[in-house]
Amino acid sequence: MVEAIYSLFGVESPLLYLTAIVLSILAIVLPLLISVAFAVYFDRKIWAAVQMRRGPNVVGPFGLLQSFADGLKLFVKETVVPAGANKFIFLMAPMITFTLALIAWAVIPFDAGMMISDLNVGILYILAISSLGVYGIIMSGWASNSRYAFLGGLRSAAQMVSYEVSIGFVLVCVLMAVGSLNLSDVVNAQSGGFWNWYFIPFFPIFIIFFISALAETNRPPFDLPEAEAELVAGYQVEYSSMAFALFFLGEYANILLMSAVMAVLFFGGWEAPIPALDFIPGIFWMLAKIAFGFWMFAMVKAFVPRYRYDQLMRLGWKVFLPLSLFFVVFYAGIMVAFDLLPSQG
Amino acid sequence: MTLTAGAFYLFAFVAVAAGFLVISARNPVHSVLWLILTFFSAAGLFVLMGAEFLAMLLVIVYVGAVAVLFLFVVMMLDINFAQFRKGALQYIPIGGLVGLILLAELVTLVMAWQFGDKVADNVTAPIPAAEQVENVKAMGAILYTDYLFIFQTAGLILLVAMIGAIVLTHRQRAGVKRQNISKQVARKPKDAYEMVEVKSGEGIGSASKKG
Amino acid sequence: MQSLLMQYLPILIFLGIAIGLSVVFVAAAWLIARQNPDSEKLSAYECGFEAFEDARHQFDVRFYLVAILFIIFDLEVAFLFPWAVTLGKIGVFGFWSMMAFLGVLTIGFIYEWKKGALEWE
Repeated sequence: MVEAIYSLFGVESPLLYLTAIVLSILAIVLPLLISVAFAVYFDRKIWAAVQMRRGPNVVGPFGLLQSFADGLKLFVKETVVPAGANKFIFLMAPMITFTLALIAWAVIPFDAGMMISDLNVGILYILAISSLGVYGIIMSGWASNSRYAFLGGLRSAAQMVSYEVSIGFVLVCVLMAVGSLNLSDVVNAQSGGFWNWYFIPFFPIFIIFFISALAETNRPPFDLPEAEAELVAGYQVEYSSMAFALFFLGEYANILLMSAVMAVLFFGGWEAPIPALDFIPGIFWMLAKIAFGFWMFAMVKAFVPRYRYDQLMRLGWKVFLPLSLFFVVFYAGIMVAFDLLPSQG
Repeated sequence: MTLTAGAFYLFAFVAVAAGFLVISARNPVHSVLWLILTFFSAAGLFVLMGAEFLAMLLVIVYVGAVAVLFLFVVMMLDINFAQFRKGALQYIPIGGLVGLILLAELVTLVMAWQFGDKVADNVTAPIPAAEQVENVKAMGAILYTDYLFIFQTAGLILLVAMIGAIVLTHRQRAGVKRQNISKQVARKPKDAYEMVEVKSGEGIGSASKKG
Repeated sequence: MQSLLMQYLPILIFLGIAIGLSVVFVAAAWLIARQNPDSEKLSAYECGFEAFEDARHQFDVRFYLVAILFIIFDLEVAFLFPWAVTLGKIGVFGFWSMMAFLGVLTIGFIYEWKKGALEWE
């Protein structure tokens, strides 16, 4: 995308190249932030609909401006830094969470060639950013100088870390079929119609990935570390105003990121379901799939009861890890035996 | 290219400075944070050399796992740092000696690499240039076949680490009630309850079993 | 090589923009809202009481064990990545060498399971 914008300028200059980079970044970040605001709104609406009530419908038509009103409210609140808290780390932790949630979007392809950076190790980059997400939580829990926050932060971090292993194994499975770590190659390997999409042959590990993504992003039913009844927002308990808003935005940006990764890995990215519908630009299909992924996240929140913490850890280590490891061996065995591997070296 | 050179100097400077701050920071949590910055700079240096797989791996494993472990330990241990630092000065001679030995080893290694005559022949499977084959594929092509023994040794080292960690830290807590999930799930309705017919006014002791 | 590095430049710039954005958010809120520190507001949330003891927890070895196990399995996944990408090239021999590696680590995993290291957390 950077090259496309750069060629629009017509003039060769390193400064214009940098401007092209900044423009392509803003072209992703600004719609992302607005999408996060609407994602919060739709999360509440879907949750309400499942519980047979209305959800936000007062602010703006159909309540569409609810998130912006909430954002404004948080903006004008006082930023309370608790006594005894390590001020620098306390304020840095939500910034880290938000920054990481943003920069992971650099490699997500919205259409052929429409991404900020077409890294050769795109999938590893996403895994790296997810691994770093633990830090915002640990540091906020520790820096808050509060028992609840610290315990919530540790538990949350241990939970995220436990489910990252199964996400890693699932990524390896999909990679075997593609033969490359580049996300555009992953999408191109699924071209030609929805029967080529990976969620059909890889259905079991798609389920594992979805549930592990729920645990990674601290979503229900795995949100015990931040559940109201137990630890009162856990590691976020001492936060107010924009610092809290950054956590919130970061969490929903992460959810959208996991939906996007799911769309790329299992639902064919920007590919249309039937080749006949190719005339509709790929970015529309990509956004539709991200919306579908988010809808699944929101629905699970509404109708599944919460997991207790030891049940959650048992699920991660004793069920998903052996299962995903088994599927790696299984799919590798099938692909080597029947010579289904991609032929490029 | 000057941009590359500038990036190299930036990353190298940050790596050295952060490394120094690791040992001179007062708060142990700050030390770990500076260590994380050192790891990031090292990852940046790897990218500049074209080893992007190694750079990502450094971030995933070192920053994402090892430094998290350090943070867990440092945050949970209540280290009295002032007392800790008092005895630090007496270790300077030994630390200096270890540093000198390490320096001598590094210099020997570099000299052998640069001036040794058989070195180029000993490289059994040189990795093709980054333009021809992507870094990850180049590594994968030789790691599991040509370097099989080193690879399996790595696996054995990980096994030893797993067993060692458990042997050293695992404490069985007596008297803890635990759930056996499979037993719970396998329970049948007819084992879960029994129907009893109770006459009104009488307790359940005189009741007759029904169903 | 140059094209490889050029791919990483947007990421660096993106990092700068993201950090700048978050700093702007927090700084703007700090400047605009009225700061009114009060000892009640600044005390830790503890259901109305003052905190009895220091927030630093007693050392819980279960977290340490989870972190170490995560390192081991993360390294296993790291070894799996180049293998998955080049499986077509290294064929059956490469497949079985990885199976041996996974087998060794599965033995370790079974040992952990039997020892109860994966229990209660």
